Formats: sequence, structure tokens, C-alpha cells
Amino acid sequence: MSDLQAGGGHGAVPVTGVPARGATSSTTAASRRDWPLWEVFVRARRGLSHGHVGSLHAPDAEMALRNARDLYTRRQEGVSLWVVEASSITASSPDEKDAFFDPAGDKIYRHPTFYEVPEGVDHL
Amino acid sequence: MTGAAPELSAPATSRGAPHPDSPALFRYTVALADDALISAQRMGEWIASAPQLEEDVALGNIALDLLGQARSLLTYAGQVEESGRDEDALAYFRNEREFLNVQLVERSYDQPDGQRGGDFAVAMARLLMLSTYQMELYSWLRTSTDETLSAIAAKAVKEVDYHRDHATMWVLRLGDGTEESHVRMQAGLDAEWPYHRELFEGAHVDPALLEAGVAVDPGLLREPWDARVSQVLAQATLGIPDVRRAVTGGRRGVHTEQMGYLLAEMQHLARSHPGATW
Repeated sequence: MSDLQAGGGHGAVPVTGVPARGATSSTTAASRRDWPLWEVFVRARRGLSHGHVGSLHAPDAEMALRNARDLYTRRQEGVSLWVVEASSITASSPDEKDAFFDPAGDKIYRHPTFYEVPEGVDHL
Repeated sequence: MTGAAPELSAPATSRGAPHPDSPALFRYTVALADDALISAQRMGEWIASAPQLEEDVALGNIALDLLGQARSLLTYAGQVEESGRDEDALAYFRNEREFLNVQLVERSYDQPDGQRGGDFAVAMARLLMLSTYQMELYSWLRTSTDETLSAIAAKAVKEVDYHRDHATMWVLRLGDGTEESHVRMQAGLDAEWPYHRELFEGAHVDPALLEAGVAVDPGLLREPWDARVSQVLAQATLGIPDVRRAVTGGRRGVHTEQMGYLLAEMQHLARSHPGATW
């Protein structure tokens, strides 16, 4: 998994063989690639957890937070914002999808479907 | 949309008897509006030309905030004037000498050789100077005895606080960044500095408005402005420019050569097709 990182809101993407992002870039100073990629999480309202909404480029965390405010909360979508440098996220690999997720497919006893819900109990 | 004019409850002053100081209040409100309107028009030039896509959006947001302030203020100026002019009439059908904005906001960001695409350091220096002034201005106007000005200011103060924050972020990063960015940020600051004094001139503000608690004497904003700006510059390792030259005239309708080009671009569509909607 060492050659994978989260990126661009598309889940895990390979980073080998594509131009590097972040401080390791060898391109010119004016290049967009000098700015690391940040993943943005928004909490829509109190009581909900932060959800991933997308990504952006920014020179540092503070600016990333402000760019996130401008790009992802223009229409009052949230009350709280998190930004995380994409390179800090360890992501599962698409190649390992089968081993990771398929074994859960036939374990129906993991679902709480074998209980009888008493009458009058809503929202269970 | 950020640039939309807020719906304001009709103020007492816009109904019934004309405001006692109508011409003075009109002039004061127009000056506030024109600072915002002309800033918005200039700022809009950065959209698709900023150093980064994210910055295009940020500057677009700021321009739309300013446009929203201008719309509210021009609408109110029209009501105060009672000659039937609305925001569009005031924005598109006044001539250069009737605009009362400071020269700080009207000048082109373009390179001296006329090539489009300006100096980002100049833009951030200008934004820091303007938004710090507007922050102090609107903070004061929130307590204006004029209900409409106070309502517009209450909304605007949060917007310009963010503009100031954005400009501060960049001035700190460029000033205290690399050797190259420091030199260019200082140069941008030096270029804009002669235009800041006009912000604190109060000749266009009728003393009656000050007495009635409607308007604030711009001179009173100078001290808090100095404190805030010099704090940012010190933190950014930038020097306060040693520039004696001070440019004035905007509040009397005297503008730079570039103002005419700005107005031509801003007004030509509305003048070519009066009443057109799009």
C-alpha cells in the first residue's frame, strides 16, 4: 500500500508514474504542483459527523481551511471544516478490494435483522 | 449568492418626509458605495488570472461581497435622493466626475506595458489597506443612527473581516516567505502606500451627518487602521513605506486615467442597450 494515497476525491490513486505533488515536486516555482493536495471534510450541522466533500490545493493548512470555506461552504453547507493533507491519508488499495470487503458478504448474522421489533418502537 | 443585495426592511428615513440632510447623506452613501463598486469591478479582473484556481474563487467571492455592499448602498442612495434613480442608474449612468471613490481602488493591476495580468502582491497590499479601513468603517457604522446604513454595515462587517483575513494571510506568507517574495511584497506595498491617506479624508462628509451620528469622521479610523496594519507588516517582516507623497481627489470626483477605461468596460453594455436584462 506504500505507493497509494488518497487523492482528488476519487479514493486511492497510484502515485508512482504520475507527477508528484507536494514539496518533492521538481517543477518550477510557479507550478500548481508546488501546492500540496488537501482533502476537505464538512460537518453539515451539529450532531452529524464530518463527511468528505472533495479536495483542493493550498500552500499550507491555514490557507487550505480558507480555500475550503470558499469552495465547499458557499451555500451554508456546514458549521465545521476539517482539512487533511492527502498524503497523510493511508488508503486501502483497489487491488485488495476482494480480500478486504468480500468476506463480509455472506455474514448475514452481522446484520441486526434477527430481532423482532416491538410494536410502537419507531426509528430503530 | 454572495453578491446579492440583502433584503432590508424599509427604513423610516426613506418614507414620508425627506431626510433632513438628503444631499449630504446621498453624497456620503455614494462615496461608500463607489469604493465598494469600483473595488469589485477591479477585483473581478483577477478571476481566471489569479495564481491558482482556488485564488480565483477567493477573489471572486470578495468581489461579489463588495458588489453586494455597493448594490445595497446605491439602492439606498437612490431612495435618499428621491429622484427615482435606482442602483443601475447610479452605477451605469453616472459619469466619471460623479464617482466619489478613492483612487486606491480604481487603478489597474495591469503591468505598466499594458499587458493584462497584474502583480498579485499589489493586489494583496491594496486589499489589506482597503479591508482594514472598511472593517473599522463598518464596525463604526453598525451603530449609526441611520437604520439602513447600520443594517448594511452589520452585514458588511463580517464580509470585510474575512477580506482582511485573506489579505493578511497572503501578506504574511509573501512578506515572510522567500527572499524573492519579500522583495516583491514590499514593492507592492510601496506602490500602493501613497493612496492610503485619502481613505481618512473627511472633506466630503457634512458635519451635520457627524453631529447626527449618521456618519463617522474618516479621520477617526486612522489610528486603529495604523495599529492593525503596522502589526501585520511587522509580523510579515515588511517595512512601513517611507513615502511622503499622498494622492487625493477621488472624493471630489477627480480620478486617474485608468478610471475612464474601467467605467467604459463596466458601463458600455448598459448604455448600449438601456433596460436590457440578462
